[in-house]
Amino acid sequence: MVSNPSPLARALTALIHLVLFLGAAVMVLPILWMAATSFKPPGEVSVWPPRLLPEAPTLDNYRGIFEDAPFGLFFANSLGLSIVATISVCVTSLVAGAVFAKYEFPGRTLLFMAILATAIVPFESYMIPLYLQLITLGWINTYQGILLPTLFMSFGVFLLRQHVSSAIPTELLEAGRVDGASEWWILARVIAPLSAPALSAIGIFAFIQAWAAFIWPLMVANEQSLFNMELGLTAFQFRFSTDYGKLMAGSVLSVLPMLVVFVLLRRRIIESVALTGMKG
Amino acid sequence: MIARAWARHRRDDWRTLLFCYAALAPVLLLFGYVRGWPIIESFVLSFYKWELINPVRPFIGWLNYEMLLEDENFHLALKNTAIYAASTVVMSTLLALPLAVFLARKSRLSAIYQTIYFLPVITPMVPVSIAWKWIYDYNYGILNYGLSLLGLKSVAWLTDPDIALWALVIMGVWKVLGYNMILLLVGIRNIPATYVEAAAIDGAGGWQQFRSVTLPLLRPILLYVVVTSTINAFNVFTQVYVMTLGSQAAPGQAVRVLVFDIYQNAFQYFRMGYASAEAVMLTLMVLGLTLIQFRLARTKAGMDG
Repeated sequence: MVSNPSPLARALTALIHLVLFLGAAVMVLPILWMAATSFKPPGEVSVWPPRLLPEAPTLDNYRGIFEDAPFGLFFANSLGLSIVATISVCVTSLVAGAVFAKYEFPGRTLLFMAILATAIVPFESYMIPLYLQLITLGWINTYQGILLPTLFMSFGVFLLRQHVSSAIPTELLEAGRVDGASEWWILARVIAPLSAPALSAIGIFAFIQAWAAFIWPLMVANEQSLFNMELGLTAFQFRFSTDYGKLMAGSVLSVLPMLVVFVLLRRRIIESVALTGMKG
Repeated sequence: MIARAWARHRRDDWRTLLFCYAALAPVLLLFGYVRGWPIIESFVLSFYKWELINPVRPFIGWLNYEMLLEDENFHLALKNTAIYAASTVVMSTLLALPLAVFLARKSRLSAIYQTIYFLPVITPMVPVSIAWKWIYDYNYGILNYGLSLLGLKSVAWLTDPDIALWALVIMGVWKVLGYNMILLLVGIRNIPATYVEAAAIDGAGGWQQFRSVTLPLLRPILLYVVVTSTINAFNVFTQVYVMTLGSQAAPGQAVRVLVFDIYQNAFQYFRMGYASAEAVMLTLMVLGLTLIQFRLARTKAGMDG
């Protein structure tokens, strides 16, 4: 049946491959176009008909954006904020996930449900009260203010609880207790190392999300020195809205770290999405 | 002896409890401060005339909601958000499903395609929006160049108020397609091979197998995909903000969406109470849609047995 496909089946397979290939081209074209434009001299950017590849590739756009705006600082801000957010999400998810998975205490179900159920409420719908709280704290225009909502993910707690309760046997914790280990020691030395796969999955998510953060920094950071890449790019677009060579150079700088993460951890990311999506 | 052992047991219990609460305390404080309390406050705030520059903030009952019902910007935002959400969700799911079916068979080519289709998911929204703005450019954009190759007239993708929203939909589908594809693909791979084989033995063709085996078993994941992409689509903001900024940009009214309207009311007009009422509506709509989708899935599953 399989060994001798009919001409019709063969034509269908060919058609499917053609569609898949064209679709893939559409998916990469915007990013390719972004990258190609960033290497074009001003005279080549706005031409008709457009050409994909630059004839005389140049780094002028990249040099230019660093002269026009502190993109080095924006990049450092993005990197720093994303790293702190990632560490915080991993730690809070691990601690809360482990406690919810392996301990019995009054209020356990209620607290876990509260964390989980509120995850469905969009951040955009409670950001106003949070902003007012930040005014009281005096945290507008501060790094900690920008960081605050990225320090914690319901989803991380959920994922780690699933992982710890299914992948780490309780006997292992009991063995530690018999040896006289404290609960903190068990958490740090037994549960944490065994949770590495789940932690790396949630860490990647946290990093990608924090890097792309936009609406909250837009409200909280009004000083240019606090801008992340996304805010810096937006402000830059406002000033140089027609200089697409430079705009694309800035865009490439914002996309690049994500591309690096993706290329290095491609399989892990896709697996994590699959795994976590399944458990949602 | 027994009494002492019991005492130690009690003490350990007490210590373990202390550990639980001590470990959870920072997380719960953070959660309460960053999410729990603000959610409650958004409801409270929606009943006040609360303006950032005005220290007098009276309780006004349902007035914010009544004003909202007559606010044309809100109506427009609601309409645009609904169109955007419905179109992106339907299109991205309908495209992701066959994609997932074709790529479900494990092969090297499938892995490469998965990577390519997934790429837009991890790229941040701001640079991607700027790139699409350039693609949509009326004079020099590649999209209009593509149309000209087909002998079609140029389209003012962003500046034409009738089309701007659809330009956002196209980009939204591009961005989310890979995510939906991966979830569905794993769902298909998790269907036990015996089910499909049984159908094949019964003489079911490819299409029949898909309809009678794959699709029904895929329903929970399909539901998950639809729910998550609906919620995400309802919160659309960044691309709207970027694409309405600067020259050659989309007209604000044509692509006014809910979160954009909330943002404007709160941070350009400083009407925090009013914007909160609007935010509460957003919350209720997202919750409502989720419940409806779950209900639909259940009744359908029930009908099919």
